[in-house]
Amino acid sequence: MSDIVPMTPRKPLLDVRNLVTQFPLRTGIFKAVDNLSFTIEAGKTLCVVGESGSGKSVTARSILQIIDSPGEIASGSIMLNTADGLSVDLAKLHPRSKAIRNIRGRDIAMIFQEPMSSLSPVHTVGDQITEVLRLHMKMTKAEARNEAISLLRQVEIPNPEQAIDRYAFQYSGGMRQRAMIAMALACRPKLLIADEPTTALDVTTQAEILDLIARLQKSFGMAVLFITHDMGVVAQIADDVLVMHHGVAKEYGPVEQIFHAPQDPYTRMLIGSVLKLEQKAEIRLARPPLDTSAKPILEVRNLSQHFGTLKALDDVSISLLPGETLGIVGESGSGKTTMGRAIMRLYDPTAGEMLYRKADGSVVDLARLEGAALKEARRELRMVFQDPFGSLNPRMTVAQVIGEPLLVNGIARGKELDERVCHLMEQVGLDPRGRERYPHAFSGGQRQRIGIARAITLKPRIIVADEATSALDVSVRFQVLDLLMKLQDELQLAYIFISHDIGVIRYMCDRVGVMYRGKLVEVGEAEKVCNAPDHPYTQALLSAIPRPDPRDRDRSRRFRYTEPATISSSPIKNGSSAR
Amino acid sequence: MLKFIAKRLLWMIPSLFAVSFLAFVLIQLPPGDYVTTYIATLAASNEIVDQNTAASLRERFGLGDPLMIQYFKWIWGILSRGDFGISFEWQQPVSGLIWERMALTLVLAVASLIATWAIALPIGVYSAVRKYSIGDYMFTAFSFFGLSVPSFLLALVLMYVAAVQFGQNVGGLFSPEYETASWSIAKMFDLMTHLWLPVIILAVSSTASLIRVMRANMLDELPKPYVTTARAKGLSEFRLLIKYPMRIALNPFISTIAWLLPNLISGSVVVAIVLNLPTAAPLLLQALMAQDMYLAGAFVLLICALTLIGSLISDILLALVDPRIRLE
Repeated sequence: MSDIVPMTPRKPLLDVRNLVTQFPLRTGIFKAVDNLSFTIEAGKTLCVVGESGSGKSVTARSILQIIDSPGEIASGSIMLNTADGLSVDLAKLHPRSKAIRNIRGRDIAMIFQEPMSSLSPVHTVGDQITEVLRLHMKMTKAEARNEAISLLRQVEIPNPEQAIDRYAFQYSGGMRQRAMIAMALACRPKLLIADEPTTALDVTTQAEILDLIARLQKSFGMAVLFITHDMGVVAQIADDVLVMHHGVAKEYGPVEQIFHAPQDPYTRMLIGSVLKLEQKAEIRLARPPLDTSAKPILEVRNLSQHFGTLKALDDVSISLLPGETLGIVGESGSGKTTMGRAIMRLYDPTAGEMLYRKADGSVVDLARLEGAALKEARRELRMVFQDPFGSLNPRMTVAQVIGEPLLVNGIARGKELDERVCHLMEQVGLDPRGRERYPHAFSGGQRQRIGIARAITLKPRIIVADEATSALDVSVRFQVLDLLMKLQDELQLAYIFISHDIGVIRYMCDRVGVMYRGKLVEVGEAEKVCNAPDHPYTQALLSAIPRPDPRDRDRSRRFRYTEPATISSSPIKNGSSAR
Repeated sequence: MLKFIAKRLLWMIPSLFAVSFLAFVLIQLPPGDYVTTYIATLAASNEIVDQNTAASLRERFGLGDPLMIQYFKWIWGILSRGDFGISFEWQQPVSGLIWERMALTLVLAVASLIATWAIALPIGVYSAVRKYSIGDYMFTAFSFFGLSVPSFLLALVLMYVAAVQFGQNVGGLFSPEYETASWSIAKMFDLMTHLWLPVIILAVSSTASLIRVMRANMLDELPKPYVTTARAKGLSEFRLLIKYPMRIALNPFISTIAWLLPNLISGSVVVAIVLNLPTAAPLLLQALMAQDMYLAGAFVLLICALTLIGSLISDILLALVDPRIRLE
């Protein structure tokens, strides 16, 4: 690596100049990337950061010429300078030419966001790794297999000799991304493009994958182009940062400058939104303290929910005060979603009770209710879902979506229904004139507002919000969180706010319950749990969150929680896909 | 896996009994029996059959017995000595009649299946990869044409063209001189010259729908991230298409085997009659119309057995090609 004679100034590994990538549409030409220039030095990390639609993924795909149809590079150059002095302009190569195919996977490799769907479901992991080796390194089958096993060992997959013959769905989420990394690094590329590689992973797994990439980057001496929307990750790994918005570079410079002397207002907003999550919302701080002597509106006692041998909820007890926001935090597979659904009585609980205090003061056990009584109780408990795209029927207009609960419960129809829908839309900050349109005409944040409007239609008393803001961009996330808090004060709602994101919980919640493998390990005031928790698992969880400050990169304080009990963990698969 | 297969095979036994009994009853349900049909046919040609003859005929065929007795006699014959009974109309053992026809049916069905898949799958893949290209539009037009033209009409037109324009001997699967001849190289060759016409006709309609299905399956798979991953590895477009999306897009076709097998017998009746093909379908139709119950019953039993075997085969194949089914 270091045998380059330092006579002439060294050319950067990748030099992108005035890149324009565009998608021809019926209505004209859409420039996904507009006049973008940046360089990547050998061995360095460039983070491209931006929200959805910023063009950061298209930029990555332009480099390898694997832009989704009908996109194409319109102008600009992408010079790849290799150590042996050769330079090639990738933008000039045809997407199907042999020249670009020889570069893909050999000089420049790529890993993606969703390791599950990025690996073939019907080919073994080994098959997909050896394929690259045989293609570019011209290895024999046996050589490639040995090399693949050694690669799997380098990415710390246990028992690589057996793991090589397994399929992607037999791996856990983190293992899959490790296998993807092994595949990408098979031919020792000069540049690794990582497109949101940790977004679908739990925060503890994310920390491990980031460590792994950093370690391999060092030992292989390769450059990394890291695409993310998470400023915390950027602060932890970047040498240089490129901030993108609507296809244009907003700011480009060393990480220190971006975080501590940002020039562009958009960059400041991005950093501000992360810092905002480091403390409680202003609206919440200004609110008078909750009446903790009030009788709880919901009391969950010794609730268990088993699915076969899996104990999704194991003896959980927690209570919810009127007007309170109770956060439930945990990693995937911790049972937090099951908890939300159990409270909605979408399951029949295995054991335990859920005592719900009605407005008139009488108490019913949600776990035992049937028929009309259950229907009545469900009107007062509503849900907001994670996926603003999947949770709205694409064949119903917004008015139908929001008005449906009123209609099926026979509360309003005709003109009255229409008026109530308009009022609800105004309440959640939507223009009622759009009510005859279909969900696809709305952005992610607007759709989530529609989902919230549907949830408050029947004047509920408790709302269960399951990862309600996880799919939203940071700039929109706060609008939705603030909307939820505004509605809470207006309508006297109690929230059960389920999230994997401690920052969001800290911002929003009064009290927090931490879940781990179906058990509630810690409950307490949000301030305390999010900043100085008692339980070692919560401490481990907090330690894994990337701090949004490049000066604070101490990875050594991070640790992983291991259960003290003698429970043996399952070997490879432990069901930790993200949703 | 073996346990699964054994369980499925065991379940086939009661299913077969139930279906065969149901079929037997259904065939008997219309008023009258084979003798009434037979007398009616004779009456049409001015032959009078007296009551005594009719009674003795019934006696001979065992038609006077109660239904249950008839059924058990029939089933016992099949189980104990593979005897499917005698066809009233043909005055021949049913098994002989069926197997002779089944061989030719199989040849025709396999030939048209191969033709269909060989044409449709590549076109479907092409149409999906080059979506909205001129080629795609042409094949789409062809598909809808093939779907909408009834196959008997196509059969008539092709017969006309072949017979009038090219002076070919059409209809049937053999020229007259080979019809009763024993198998030889020349007869095989004669079969080949006759086979193409029904194969084309049968293939056109099923090709059309298959192109659409394959195109849709491929369009589902093509935008999936694993295709991009393969592309980012540097695989050539052709190789990655074959190895990844096409492999997965083919899986749904394996499920279709379940109904391909029974279709051997009951499918393409109209075309077979129009072209006068010596396959199973026209014989089944004839047997049902004449209430030739042992012959019809044997066919129904065969269809049922093939359906069950077909779905077992497709389940086993699916498990073999798709690890998600095998391992989860």
